[in-house]
Amino acid sequence: MITLTSNNKMAALLSGIVFFNLSLFALGGEMKNADSTKPNRIEIKDFAFNPQTLTVKSGEKVTWINRDEEPHTIVSVEKQFKKSTALDTDQEFTITVGAPGTYSYFCSVHPKMTGTIVVEK
Amino acid sequence: MSDYISHDHEHDGIDRRGFLHCMAWAGTGLLWTISGGVLASRTLAQIAKTGEPLPATDLSFLQISDSHIGFSKEANKDVTATFKIALDRINAMPTPPSFLIHTGDISQLSKPEEFDTFDEVLKSCRTKDVFYVPGEHDVLNDGGKLYRERYLKSVEGKGSGWYSFNKNGVHFIALVNVLDLQAGGLGQLGDEQLEWLEADVKDLGSSTPIVVFAHIPLWAVYPQWGWGTSDSERALGYLKRFGSVTVLNGHIHQVLQKVEGNVTFHTAMSTAFPQPAPGTAPSPGPMKVPAEKLRSMLGLTNVQYLQGKSSLAVVDSNLS
Repeated sequence: MITLTSNNKMAALLSGIVFFNLSLFALGGEMKNADSTKPNRIEIKDFAFNPQTLTVKSGEKVTWINRDEEPHTIVSVEKQFKKSTALDTDQEFTITVGAPGTYSYFCSVHPKMTGTIVVEK
Repeated sequence: MSDYISHDHEHDGIDRRGFLHCMAWAGTGLLWTISGGVLASRTLAQIAKTGEPLPATDLSFLQISDSHIGFSKEANKDVTATFKIALDRINAMPTPPSFLIHTGDISQLSKPEEFDTFDEVLKSCRTKDVFYVPGEHDVLNDGGKLYRERYLKSVEGKGSGWYSFNKNGVHFIALVNVLDLQAGGLGQLGDEQLEWLEADVKDLGSSTPIVVFAHIPLWAVYPQWGWGTSDSERALGYLKRFGSVTVLNGHIHQVLQKVEGNVTFHTAMSTAFPQPAPGTAPSPGPMKVPAEKLRSMLGLTNVQYLQGKSSLAVVDSNLS
């Protein structure tokens, strides 16, 4: 599991697209007071992330679980959080999210598979 | 039901002549015909049974693919056993192939012990020379470092592992299209590899037969499932002037073939498990078939080259 904290960098404007806080998922050594009762789960099934967009609160945990017979990975498009290793069937990967923003990720083995995490305050 | 396809077309190296025909066999039993190549068919099993020798050729090599050692799910609980059967078939050939090419996914999860098992089983093969290209399953966690150390050291692969070599007047090009993949994208060769390719073929005469091999198909088989390579057009552009180009891929665990001008595209069966025909399932994951049918959907590919006939004959045979 990876614990993430925010350090409030400025958001950047690029090509007319509002980019999110680049260090939202920066690695940190300290656990946040995550709401561990809320199951923020993303299931990987049939080469897709379900739900494809997940909205969570800052400081919560997000867990992916692979239900396919094919290995998948979770990789931040903008390298905002540490990538998972290849998840075999029924293996999980968990992060704790930091500052608010919108984060795109994909499976580096099957790059057609993409998903988004929206982090709210 | 025909459980193999064969394809054998010939022309003078630059111009295409005569009636050209080609077929491809999809896992569902769908048989379709498009332009290019003359058909002939014979399985390796038939040849082995009758003891009938293969026609004299100047070069014969074998493609094996997608061994997925370490996979143990419903679609095939013993992929090591089926890989062994494939090697037995090679050993039973009256004329052994000059060498093998393995078009990727040796392992299921890039684990050292999976590679160890593969290497151990491969020792039983009479044909010792093997040329490799990685599949995405071989480079999962380390960008392919371990794979390159184990399988590409002797060929001095450039960049992420690409290389070329010559055999009997045929120029072989091994490409890597499973690394640094981009979100939302397909297989990818990348600028550095493409520049290398352009330089690699620059001084070759146009009559030199070319064989390209890579894991993910270098043609748009089914982009919705990621079955294609985003910058393959540029690679093929460098090969346009050649009279005979044979492109051999794996990844999709079924035989599909297409001929476009002087280029023959061909994908091989897996030795581990079949995958569904494009678009026929919710996802391209391993396809479960009745146990008695499994071996008819696994196989290998024999390729023969006869000097003076610039095209190569590509013959698939299954393991049943």
